[in-house]
Amino acid sequence: MNSAPSASGPAISLQNVRRTYGAITAVDNVSLDIAAGSFVALVGLSGSGKSTLLKMINRLVDPTEGEVLIADENVKAVDPHVLRRRIGYVFQNIGLFPHMTISRNIAIGLELAGEKNGRQERVIELLDLVELPQEMSNRMPHQLSGGQQQRVGVARALATRPGLMLMDEPFGALDPVTRDSLAGQYKALHQKLGLTTIIVTHDMAEALYLADRILVMEDGQIKADATPAQLLSGGVGDEAEALVAIPRAQAAHLIALSKTT
Amino acid sequence: MTQAWQQAFARVPELLAAHIQLSFSALLLAMALCLPLAIWAARAAKVAAVILGFASLIQTIPALALLALFYPVLLGLSALLGGGISALGFLPALLALTLYALLPILRNAVTGLTGVAPAAKQAADGLGMTAAQKLRLVEAPLAAPMIMAGIRTAAVWTIGAATLSTTVGQASLGDLIFAGLQTQNWTLVLTGCFASAGLAIIVDLLLGMIERAIRNRRRIIAWGGTAVIGIGLLFALLPNLGQRDDVVDIGAKGFSEQFILARLIGLRLEEAGYKVRYHDGLGSAVVFQAVAADDIDIYVDYSGTIWTNQMKRTDTVPADDMVNEIAKWSASEHGVTMLGALGFENTYAFAVRPEDAESKRLKTLDDLARVSSGFAFGTDLEFLERPEWAMVKAAYPIQFKEARSFNPTFMYPALSSGEVDVISAFSSDGRIAANGFVVLEDGKGAVPSYEAMLLVAPGRGDDAKFIDAIKSLVGAITVENMREANYKVDREADKQSPKQAARWLDEHIKNGKDQ
Repeated sequence: MNSAPSASGPAISLQNVRRTYGAITAVDNVSLDIAAGSFVALVGLSGSGKSTLLKMINRLVDPTEGEVLIADENVKAVDPHVLRRRIGYVFQNIGLFPHMTISRNIAIGLELAGEKNGRQERVIELLDLVELPQEMSNRMPHQLSGGQQQRVGVARALATRPGLMLMDEPFGALDPVTRDSLAGQYKALHQKLGLTTIIVTHDMAEALYLADRILVMEDGQIKADATPAQLLSGGVGDEAEALVAIPRAQAAHLIALSKTT
Repeated sequence: MTQAWQQAFARVPELLAAHIQLSFSALLLAMALCLPLAIWAARAAKVAAVILGFASLIQTIPALALLALFYPVLLGLSALLGGGISALGFLPALLALTLYALLPILRNAVTGLTGVAPAAKQAADGLGMTAAQKLRLVEAPLAAPMIMAGIRTAAVWTIGAATLSTTVGQASLGDLIFAGLQTQNWTLVLTGCFASAGLAIIVDLLLGMIERAIRNRRRIIAWGGTAVIGIGLLFALLPNLGQRDDVVDIGAKGFSEQFILARLIGLRLEEAGYKVRYHDGLGSAVVFQAVAADDIDIYVDYSGTIWTNQMKRTDTVPADDMVNEIAKWSASEHGVTMLGALGFENTYAFAVRPEDAESKRLKTLDDLARVSSGFAFGTDLEFLERPEWAMVKAAYPIQFKEARSFNPTFMYPALSSGEVDVISAFSSDGRIAANGFVVLEDGKGAVPSYEAMLLVAPGRGDDAKFIDAIKSLVGAITVENMREANYKVDREADKQSPKQAARWLDEHIKNGKDQ
């Protein structure tokens, strides 16, 4: 049970991936390479296909066409439940198990893996990691605030030391203060543990703050692929420009306000 | 009064044990069927629609009809498989009650399983649970309170409906209710009702406690409640342990004379060292099949009933010839031994109030036909469907104003109170003479003879000790004695139990022999 960072997260490769639901194409022929250890944000409006794209990586959704590789291994070669145990997954509705204590919720991945020894120590380590007091371990989920619950969600995802974290609007339901502090803490964890993280969000400000690479999706396609700095300097396409315009306008408004007072 | 209560309560422990065994078995079987089906249904909406539709359909069949339906179904099945399936008693009762318990368990389990929060299911998938792990760790625990609520509803229904299993010859607390209803023994009825209601309430409270404990995740209370139920069940099973000796099953149809004769046979057999068990309230159609199939060992039937219902004969022959022909037929067709006639007849007799008999000069069925258009007819529950009624109508131009069916108990008061003007009474019934009713003569001999006779199952026909014990009843009961014994049970005041009446009859027969 050492707390040293696990080996750097894996690289991801998507090759001509397409997913259709009847007549609707959710993801339209996307090819993409994500370097090991990067923090990638998938940004887009509702229905742009970003969530479907994310779920194809841990096979919660299987592609209609195309291949997904994690560290050069095709995900189809592995049983879905085995694959998912290697990948951390955090989503907006958290999904803590209401009938289990916080401790058992966090350790459930270890329970599934049949790891009997050191569960309690690992739980305490993870509570520290997500900055929750150790007394929480015997509480039930409904006794925690939304922000605390999502911290537990992150701890649960990290319990089995995955190299890859998939986060689907993880902070979407939280109040702005909690959201900001949790996002900052996760960013630090990402670096400390050497993870590969892919986060889905509709909030460009959050993406600009967290990620080192931002993919803008619309109609199932990637319309822009840039670093935060490139996005802010413009010239990466209208879709990206429209999304960046919002935080930019808000920031300008705040600056103007502070000058008048 | 207190003696009546004591007598009624004395029968409770044995019947309660049988009642618990039956309802618990049905509930357990229903759970074993429902839980896998519910898991399947929760994953496929179409399956859910079909299964729940079927369970709802069963619920629309009255419990009594469902029980009755299983008798012919099992008989047919037994014939198909070359015998060996008992169509009477535990099995049909178990199957009917199980079917009845399906709906509440299924519906709650499907609702519970489909109602598990989508986020919890998504998290389970995302964490890499297999379908089995997801069911065991997430879906089942979250649906458990709902499933438990369904089991609780089913338990209360099953305990209530189990009282009806008396009609297919399975012992239950319903024996008290049915027997009490037939003999107007309200102490017996109330005892049966209180016992089954009490059982239902206690089980409901215990299951409710377990349900709440599961909801609030209080393991100790949940297991404690389960343990109490387990101990109760163990007590219910105690009578079964070590009781594997030869028990004679004595059948009786649903009226006092049959109860008394069954006890009389029982007394004789007990004297000979047999243990006996009574199956009261069997339907006319069921009881002959039951003796032929060895489900019961012996019962008393009436020659005319066998003649018309079983042999499908419509001709009328002299009484002695009829008895002889029945003996030949039952032996050759079903292996049933007709041991002999008891010595009295219990035929359908049309009875009217004495005032009417006098003022309207009613003596025969021809006279009745003359006034029938102004008369209301009261009958027992089956007479209007029986061939005898068709025979009477064929012989006499009778056309009643209206016809109403009664439980035999209420038929006689209905005539004396004027609710009806003529009834299809039983000639050996003590209440005819006691009320002063006038029996109309069947001048044309349309109604066949109804000699009471002993019918013995194939499996007992060669049991010499058994035959010896009851042979002395043949030709020993006069219609006067039978009427008096019946009246002891049927009268309003100073009621006796069928067993007491049987003892009185027994002594009378023995004294008669001595003289």
